[in-house]
Amino acid sequence: MAAARGLWAGGCYRRHPLASASSSASSGSGRAAERGERPDRVGLGFRPPPHSHSDWIGPPDKHSNLRPVIFYVPPEESALERRLREARQEAQASNQRFWARHNRAFRQEKEEFIYSRLKAKGLEMRDESGQKATLSAEEMADFYKDFLSKNFKKHLQYNRDWYKHNFRITFLMGQVAVMRALRWLRGRKRNVEQ
Amino acid sequence: MSAARSCRPPRALAGLFVWRLRSTGARQIPCRFVHLYHVTSNKLITFQYFNFLKRMQLDQEKKVVHKISSASPVPQSWPEMSRRNELREMKSAAETEDSVIPGGAESKEDRQWKEMKLRPDDLPGILARLSKIKLTALVVSTASAGFAMAPVPFELTCFLLASLGTGLASCAANSINQFFEVPFDSNMNRTKNRPLVRGQISPLLAVCFAACCGIPGVALLTLGVNPLTGALGAFNIFLYTCCYTPLKRMSIANTWVGAVVGAIPPVMGWTAATGSLDAGALLLGGILYSWQFPHFNALSWGLREDYSRGGYCMMSVTHPALCRRVALRHCLALIGLSAVAPVLNITTWTFPIISLPINLYISYLGFRFYRDADRSSSRKLFFCSLWHLPLLLLVMFTCKKSVLEKEDKGELRGGSHEMAMEIRLP
Repeated sequence: MAAARGLWAGGCYRRHPLASASSSASSGSGRAAERGERPDRVGLGFRPPPHSHSDWIGPPDKHSNLRPVIFYVPPEESALERRLREARQEAQASNQRFWARHNRAFRQEKEEFIYSRLKAKGLEMRDESGQKATLSAEEMADFYKDFLSKNFKKHLQYNRDWYKHNFRITFLMGQVAVMRALRWLRGRKRNVEQ
Repeated sequence: MSAARSCRPPRALAGLFVWRLRSTGARQIPCRFVHLYHVTSNKLITFQYFNFLKRMQLDQEKKVVHKISSASPVPQSWPEMSRRNELREMKSAAETEDSVIPGGAESKEDRQWKEMKLRPDDLPGILARLSKIKLTALVVSTASAGFAMAPVPFELTCFLLASLGTGLASCAANSINQFFEVPFDSNMNRTKNRPLVRGQISPLLAVCFAACCGIPGVALLTLGVNPLTGALGAFNIFLYTCCYTPLKRMSIANTWVGAVVGAIPPVMGWTAATGSLDAGALLLGGILYSWQFPHFNALSWGLREDYSRGGYCMMSVTHPALCRRVALRHCLALIGLSAVAPVLNITTWTFPIISLPINLYISYLGFRFYRDADRSSSRKLFFCSLWHLPLLLLVMFTCKKSVLEKEDKGELRGGSHEMAMEIRLP
């Protein structure tokens, strides 16, 4: 079960924030058990149908706005395919971490900014009718400029990491595609010879 | 019953079997299929209503059949399977149906999970969105305008090859741009439904598509039109994908680079027609370059929150006053550039006069945007830019200085080249 969660850590951040912690410990031992099948249940997470041989992609995550992917592990997964899957899982986890944290910080700082500005104007967070008070776009512009410049270096670092992940994954996908094509051709040749 | 009879017997049997198992658990009506069953068995239905039901049922059945047939190998063999196997197969079939039991938020979310399998039917739509087909169409039309404005007789084949090559190059550039920007697109409202974000296509396929468009596109321009146009096309792809796209996250200079990217297609159209890069090409490029600023700066004014959160360095976020100043400056530049057109013998003097009202209007909106700096003035300026450009190009084309006029003025002297041109004139 914990091993199963390891495979799905990339897909279930909403429900298992601790799954990523247990995954690295258990994924190694559990990998053999996962081959050729998907585990029956991952807590409250979505379970793809057992007959399906493809990956499944879900709705955007609440915090990161990224769509989680549940990766299919074929029964005879080659080393190359495993490297590709792990690269995709790693990229997904890294992206999820970054954007969830970043968006949370944005929302928090935005609230704080609105609160401080409203206090400076002598207004409350909610007016008489109970509606949340907002600032105009022009007043928010100061916050947006400030937030962008504060996070500039963080974004530069993330860009570098993202481009590296993206190129590596695409290159591996290319290699896997070529390998599968060769395997299929070899299979056909064998059938013809027989 | 009658609705059930419209599907093939084994599948219908499967559907009923699934329904029966589920209904032993919950007392509610689980799915539309079952609802139809009840409806058709309980009331007298008209022919039209039956057809409507049939259509709904067929739509539903397509999904059910697809899922059920993939759930178990041969539906007819169910009676032979063991009880335990049957139950397991039923559970998986029930879960894969689209019409799951409503009520629990879990099943609603489960329905939002999609299989990452590319279906051939979806491919054209996906590729159209990947290549930003509407933007590509706009790019091709500006290239055609450049071709049409060139002071040479119109050649249809050259025109078509140039348009096709430009379109393919634009598709390639847009696909690579989306390939680079997946996590950022996910976080912005405007772009969160793009194919790579939704997982409808893999990054490898996106890159292959870009290569399959870009390489033939540039080759077509180089070999079918002329090497200069091919070089401009390749340069534009490079500028957009390798300069503009990364620069968007590093510096506000990206807007100026993007304006050059937008200015190159009409230059390509011109060089496709004439084979040389002369003043007329640069003027057309200049008009498109200047137009980009009121267009983009006004658009970006309403997207400041998304840009700030997404980490995009745009003038509207970092230097708002500069953003508005530049937009106004370039609106006024459009008036100046329109006045230069007759000087370069591209158009007659009627062009600056006729285009003055539209240029003055966009400049007025640019001034309002500069002064008011609010959402309504930015939207007005943006929407004006959308009709301003096609109208300006149309007026330019109608005021084009015809080659005949130049001949009458004795500007062209007799020679084999000019004789050939005379013959080809309509």
